[in-house]
Amino acid sequence: MSEKVEFELVSPERLLISQPVDMVVVPGSEGDFGALPRHAPMITSVRPGVIAIYEDGSVSERIFIAGGFAEVTEVRVTVLAEEAVKVSELNPEGVATRLRLAEEALEEADTDVTRVQAQRALVVARAMQAALGSAVH
Amino acid sequence: MPSLKDLRLRIVSVKSTRKITSAMKMVAASKLRRAQSSAEAARPYAERMERMLGALASSLAGQSGAPRLLTGTGKDDVHLIVVVTSDRGLCGGFNGSIVRATRAHVTGLQAEGKTVKILTVGRKGRDQLRREFGSLYVETYEGIGRKGVTFAEANNIADKVTTMFDAGGFDVCTVVYNRFQSAISQVVTLQQLVPLAVPETKADDSGEVKALYEYEPTEEAILADLLPRNLAVQIFRSLLESNASEQGARMTAMDNATRNAGDMINSLTIRYNRSRQAQITKELIEIISGAEAL
Repeated sequence: MSEKVEFELVSPERLLISQPVDMVVVPGSEGDFGALPRHAPMITSVRPGVIAIYEDGSVSERIFIAGGFAEVTEVRVTVLAEEAVKVSELNPEGVATRLRLAEEALEEADTDVTRVQAQRALVVARAMQAALGSAVH
Repeated sequence: MPSLKDLRLRIVSVKSTRKITSAMKMVAASKLRRAQSSAEAARPYAERMERMLGALASSLAGQSGAPRLLTGTGKDDVHLIVVVTSDRGLCGGFNGSIVRATRAHVTGLQAEGKTVKILTVGRKGRDQLRREFGSLYVETYEGIGRKGVTFAEANNIADKVTTMFDAGGFDVCTVVYNRFQSAISQVVTLQQLVPLAVPETKADDSGEVKALYEYEPTEEAILADLLPRNLAVQIFRSLLESNASEQGARMTAMDNATRNAGDMINSLTIRYNRSRQAQITKELIEIISGAEAL
């Protein structure tokens, strides 16, 4: 496969990845989608989950993102991530702590605003846990 | 005429002042480099977000379902002004110019009969505006960017602004900050955040853009997520710019102070030497005339 798609992963703080890849699988809010070259242009929101980068028919890199947006054009995939960590660099203890904190925050939440925030944090933490699980297999 | 001892003491004290200002200059220079590079690193995100917003906005243009963060409330009676200053002084006119611009803006709005609310970031701006506009404060933040500005901090402020907007707290939101131009020049900038001034996608291809993208889930849903996010990004950007400007302003101010201290030391040293010489001459004359009198 000679044709490549330009993949960009950007966090608010900096440009994390910018490289041509064979395919990326992005966890879109309406389901995962794989973006190959000449994909139909679209804009979608992204749920917390794992982005998989494919090179030569296999996964070369897995990155956890805590939600964001993706823009796909025929030649380029741009993901605006809120938070991005390589799955291999996720720390199981850190994730467990985060999950616990999120659960506690949800229990203690007394207003709608804090409850929504806590729920969001919990979803992210759970997705992180799931990402860890998938890395082990 | 100060005595020799007084002069010596002054020279010592000015010298130690010069040491402090030149150290501060050095620190500001290295912080400036860091602030500048983080401001540059944040640019790609903002650019891409702008592109997506442009596409979305043009595809929604003229439709009634557009979120209010984009279109505004249709009124402009209540203004929220976000004032970004530093926590620390000793940075020349950095905070003064922000305060001056804010004061002019607020008085202008009040003269037009608008209600003004103020949200301050940074201790200096809060303190300097308190006497006149203290009653207009809705929230004050300090300690932002002490260890480099993080997005979480900007997000906090943006959350506050969004919640206020959703509760009908204001109609128009403007941020006042120092835009970084170079180490020696900062430009006071007033930028309107709500309703958002969307960069126009070029008129000739706006029809194309509309047809170009598919949206998942829907334009409205994405926009509803994207707009508060964009607000956070804009605030983040102004914090970064302000941080870089602050270091630049401090560097310049401290450079001037160091130079002035050097000049002062020179002139004091000359005075010291002159009066020492004069004293020696006087003593000699006394001895000689005493000897001659014998």
